[in-house]
Amino acid sequence: MDLFEYQARDLLASHGVPVLPGGVAETPEQAEAIAREIAAPVVVKAQVKTGGRGKAGGVKLADDPESAKARAQDILGLDIKGHITRKVMVAQASDIAEEYYFSYLLDRSNRTFLAMASKEGGMEIEQLAVERPEALARVPVDASVGVDAQKAAEIVDAAGFPAEVRDQVIAIAVQLWDVFAKEDATLVEVNPLAKAPDGTVLALDAKVTLDENASFRHAEHDALEDVASADPLEAAAKEKDLNYVKLQGEVGIIGNGAGLVMSTLDVVAYAGEEFGGVRPANFLDIGGGASAEVMANGLGIILSDPDVKSVFVNVFGGITACDAVANGIVAALGQLGDEASKPLVVRLDGNNVEEGRRILAEAAHPLVTVVDTMDGAARRAAELAA
Amino acid sequence: MSIFLTENSKVIVQGMTGSEGRKHTQRMLASGTAVVGGVNPSKAGQSVDFDGASVPVFGSVADAMKETGADVTVVFVPPKFAKGAVLEAVDAQIGMAVVITEGIPVHDSTYFWAHAQGGSTRIIGPNCPGLISPGRSNAGIIPANITQAGKIGLVSKSGTLTYQMMYELRDIGFSTAVGIGGDPVIGTTHIDCLQAFQDDPETEAIVMIGEIGGDAEERAADFIKANVTKPVVGYVAGFTAPEGKTMGHAGAIVSGSAGTAAAKQEALEAAGVRVGKTPSEAARLMREIVVG
Repeated sequence: MDLFEYQARDLLASHGVPVLPGGVAETPEQAEAIAREIAAPVVVKAQVKTGGRGKAGGVKLADDPESAKARAQDILGLDIKGHITRKVMVAQASDIAEEYYFSYLLDRSNRTFLAMASKEGGMEIEQLAVERPEALARVPVDASVGVDAQKAAEIVDAAGFPAEVRDQVIAIAVQLWDVFAKEDATLVEVNPLAKAPDGTVLALDAKVTLDENASFRHAEHDALEDVASADPLEAAAKEKDLNYVKLQGEVGIIGNGAGLVMSTLDVVAYAGEEFGGVRPANFLDIGGGASAEVMANGLGIILSDPDVKSVFVNVFGGITACDAVANGIVAALGQLGDEASKPLVVRLDGNNVEEGRRILAEAAHPLVTVVDTMDGAARRAAELAA
Repeated sequence: MSIFLTENSKVIVQGMTGSEGRKHTQRMLASGTAVVGGVNPSKAGQSVDFDGASVPVFGSVADAMKETGADVTVVFVPPKFAKGAVLEAVDAQIGMAVVITEGIPVHDSTYFWAHAQGGSTRIIGPNCPGLISPGRSNAGIIPANITQAGKIGLVSKSGTLTYQMMYELRDIGFSTAVGIGGDPVIGTTHIDCLQAFQDDPETEAIVMIGEIGGDAEERAADFIKANVTKPVVGYVAGFTAPEGKTMGHAGAIVSGSAGTAAAKQEALEAAGVRVGKTPSEAARLMREIVVG
């Protein structure tokens, strides 16, 4: 889960990382009140989970509370690369003497954690990594050891931070590790980490990604979820513990196993090329079990998607044999009754496949077509949605 | 021959007394696997009956190894306790730990992987279906009745695509099929399996199944180019996955322009791997190679 800047800032602050005073506002009036409390020039920043908001007009300076209100008015509702701005962060404006960069992240390729640091911050780090790789220190962090003051000093010295900020940055590096490890983050990035004219080092902007697999030990992370921007179908699916992602297409997809479902989306998209560019409408993995209840829940979500014109149920009977899956489909259609109103193409394969197909044939549901192969079924489903 | 798992493998199950562990222990036994014990500190000394086969429960992995000579453990314990279970297995120096559990925090898996470095335990998974050497042994949840022993080696990030591929090529059969798992950090990689299949005289050709996220397939492609002389057929899932969305598996995510299916396919093809556009096409390509 990616956090908004203000959430990341609060999380950093709660682990002792120095940040500037500020708050988050959903209305111009709230922005004005925060600016009044800060009693200094502020910067009003769009809270969107995408880059390039400065260029899009999502970051503005305001000298007084009235202009903070006006700037918030301008920014709230702004569409930044498809993200609607629902909140702004109002933070004390800071003069910046120098900008640095610091991050911890999961390095998948090397199966370790990685610290990245540079005394040249502010710019996009991807750009810095390409243009001046020597300016970006990359120091692996052993997950079973972590970062103490000594390791932090190694990172800070590898990046060649100026002597006058070295101790401050080392302390911040230890605090940021605290955030990374204790909050189960896969990314903690501060850009810029800034030196104010008085020499104080502060985190001015931060990105944090939290590992949702760790939510069982962070009940407090639930509140960080962005419910307002969630797709309503995705939210409904989540409520029912379904692994669902909404896509822009016409063929609803249900399958078992993440890899098989991803593959099903691809096969439908290929088949759809023949029919004027028909595409999959969603990802939905109902897991290895594929019980009638889960099947009914999944079908319910997919059939409530107005974009869906046909549904492709693609199940490989492994642990759950095909007869059980077929019974699940029949029972699910029974439970849904009139709600089941769109054609269903079913492909079953694997254990007890003959029995599974026999059950579906016997049920002879008017909406159901059984096709023996995945490629053939994808083609039929695409055709029905064209 | 087969890789990692043979008819001589002695398997214990951590979490055998839980519902998933019990169900799959039953299935492993039914497929002829030598399951010699379970581990549960609070039930040590008891035994569990599986259709007449009595399997003893030990208090620790070390005890189970001492009493039974076990060299493989299959881990079914819930995410909350999985790190402790794997660390225990690694510290007991068991030969292989197959971690089926889905939903382990990546800080935990990165920790136990780091801890296992320099030790003697091969970790498979987490978030994987395990591995099967058909007719010999089955460590995990892969259905044993899909196919038989044969000459194809298979390595895959995905469980159901593994089953699908085994099913399509069931008449030819498999030396070993390894589900390496869909998490961002896993113990055994495509490369480890490719190396083992290359060295296995019984394996004549290799199917490699990948999916979006990370750069494991690209690295495997480099490895194949330099080290693998046996024919390799590939399949990659996730061409239609949108950027920034996790597709079921925790590791299946396209980040910016990194981790796309197109890049993986291109890398594999550049290494001489024939890549199927669909799983069925990949199976056909393999059939052409093995049967002619």
